[in-house]
Amino acid sequence: MQATRAPYSPNAISRRSNALVQGVFWFYTILCVFPLLLVIMVSFTDEMAILQNGYQLIPKAFSLTAYELLFADSGQIVRSYGVSLFVTVVGTILSLLLTAAFAYPISRKDLPYRNGFAFFIFLTMLFNGGLVPWYLVYTKYLHLGDSIWALIIPMLVQPFNILIMRTFFQTTIPAALIEAATIDGAGELRIFIRIVLPLSLPVIATIALFNTLMYWNDWFLSLIFISDNKTVSVQYLMYKTMLNIQYLTSNVQASEALTRGGGTVRLPSEAIRMAMAVIGIGPIVLAYPFFQKYFVKGLTIGAVKG
Amino acid sequence: MKPITANAEAAALARPRAAPRGAGRRRRAARFGMLYLMMLPTIALVILNNYLPMFGVLIAFKKINYEQGILGSPWVGFENFKFLFATTDAWVITRNTILYNAAFIATNLAVAIAFAIMLNELRSRVLAKFFQSAMFLPYFLSAVVVSYLVFAMLGEENGFVNNVLLKALGIDPISWYAEPNAWPFLLPIINAWKNVGYYSVVYLAAIVGIDEEYYEAALIDGASKRKQMTSITLPLLMPVIVIMTLLQIGRIFYADFGLFFQVTLDTGALYPTTNVIDTYVYRSFMVMGDIGMSSAAGLYQAAVGLVLVFGSNYVVKKINRDNALF
Repeated sequence: MQATRAPYSPNAISRRSNALVQGVFWFYTILCVFPLLLVIMVSFTDEMAILQNGYQLIPKAFSLTAYELLFADSGQIVRSYGVSLFVTVVGTILSLLLTAAFAYPISRKDLPYRNGFAFFIFLTMLFNGGLVPWYLVYTKYLHLGDSIWALIIPMLVQPFNILIMRTFFQTTIPAALIEAATIDGAGELRIFIRIVLPLSLPVIATIALFNTLMYWNDWFLSLIFISDNKTVSVQYLMYKTMLNIQYLTSNVQASEALTRGGGTVRLPSEAIRMAMAVIGIGPIVLAYPFFQKYFVKGLTIGAVKG
Repeated sequence: MKPITANAEAAALARPRAAPRGAGRRRRAARFGMLYLMMLPTIALVILNNYLPMFGVLIAFKKINYEQGILGSPWVGFENFKFLFATTDAWVITRNTILYNAAFIATNLAVAIAFAIMLNELRSRVLAKFFQSAMFLPYFLSAVVVSYLVFAMLGEENGFVNNVLLKALGIDPISWYAEPNAWPFLLPIINAWKNVGYYSVVYLAAIVGIDEEYYEAALIDGASKRKQMTSITLPLLMPVIVIMTLLQIGRIFYADFGLFFQVTLDTGALYPTTNVIDTYVYRSFMVMGDIGMSSAAGLYQAAVGLVLVFGSNYVVKKINRDNALF
């Protein structure tokens, strides 16, 4: 999004309008960031202060108890991070490989039946069998219920990404280049790996980014397929924590010890819940500046006809 | 890399094919064979993940019991659909899905275009970039995270709105999660909050693409900013607007499951105004175990959805062939 005109061209809006527009955007920016800040601040608030004053942006009393408790009993969190990382890394790479390996052949104008193959993928964007048969395929026939692969396999093929990549191959890789390499005696696989892929890094980065975000943010597959505690991803852990704070403290001794010690001290469930949210949101917010920069670029790559 | 390119160019110049004829065909079959082989894993996956379930739509016409299996269970014709449409649920979920999506489409469109135009006019490019980044942030958050953020704002006991905003205004706390009538207003706001950043970027890209000469000419003619907006920017944006909107209308029968399930915290009291087809399909199957109803509703959604996609694509095609989906 580069500037279209010199900042102070004769056609620039007046100073007053500019100030007004800035005001609107400052307000909206605060609106976008505020809930996140609130959650972060609440996670650092003393439980008694929350119970007395509710969630406040500036806590009346700071406390690290929520994080101390979470770290003292961090087994589930560490495990969930492992699950999410594994799913995201493996899912992103596998999906990227499959997408490129399908998009390239259907981008080749000389491949017989390429339109048929494109339609085969494309049809899945128009019609689907619905939740029930889909669920039964994975649980009754593939027996993937409670498996970590149930969090990866269903999202591997994304028709829209295939279309984006195919369009990129078609518009940026000259057919003459491929033909020439063929005449030089290079095999298809070699052409694909040595010529096509290195020329396609922008679209590969874009799709990788889409995939990473999709896998990291997914909770739906967990909701459908996962019922044991071993395969709970970060997002699903957050979901469960929202339903029931006890879920986090599988090791209840920590909280019991706390209660016994103080007498009146109780499990700071409000603060813990928000601390869990902060731990879950963390990676996305940290990666955000990087993500959004390339995401915006990727959107313009994807803007070409699918 | 370099030598290959050089060779390639040379070979491309010497085009007249020198490749041997007879053996060539077999070799070509072998080389395309590699391309087909590359597609194989994806094809297998799509058959499993998409086509097998498509045949599964026949479940909607059966009375499934697990002893007899799917194929062995007795056929009941349209019985499941009769039951579904005999309930008020069918009407409620259809109404909710369509009205919410219509509201989402309208608010996203209006706010995103306004923001895109305003971003483009800001004098400071640095600030414009900063604002764009800030409003894109919610788009990257998962529905679960959004449910936490909304809960922090609307929670009954401790939520920021009840405890700070309403208190300051002297209004009694509202039990948002027990107040179904509030959500037809809350959900479009939350949806816009999450997605407007994305749509603004799309529209901003289109605005930046408008030829600068139009504006220069308008300036010479003494056209005001408002006039430029209504006579240049909006008309030139129209194709993008129409196509983006029609594509969304094609998906109007599919709801954002995360928004209606996570953000409402799956609260029973809110079902009358927040139950949509997707949440209905999920709950009747995963929670109540009613395979018949769930698959009937799923097929109903897929069938009507298919008609809508074809319909909207037909209109897009009429307007601009290049933007049609197929």
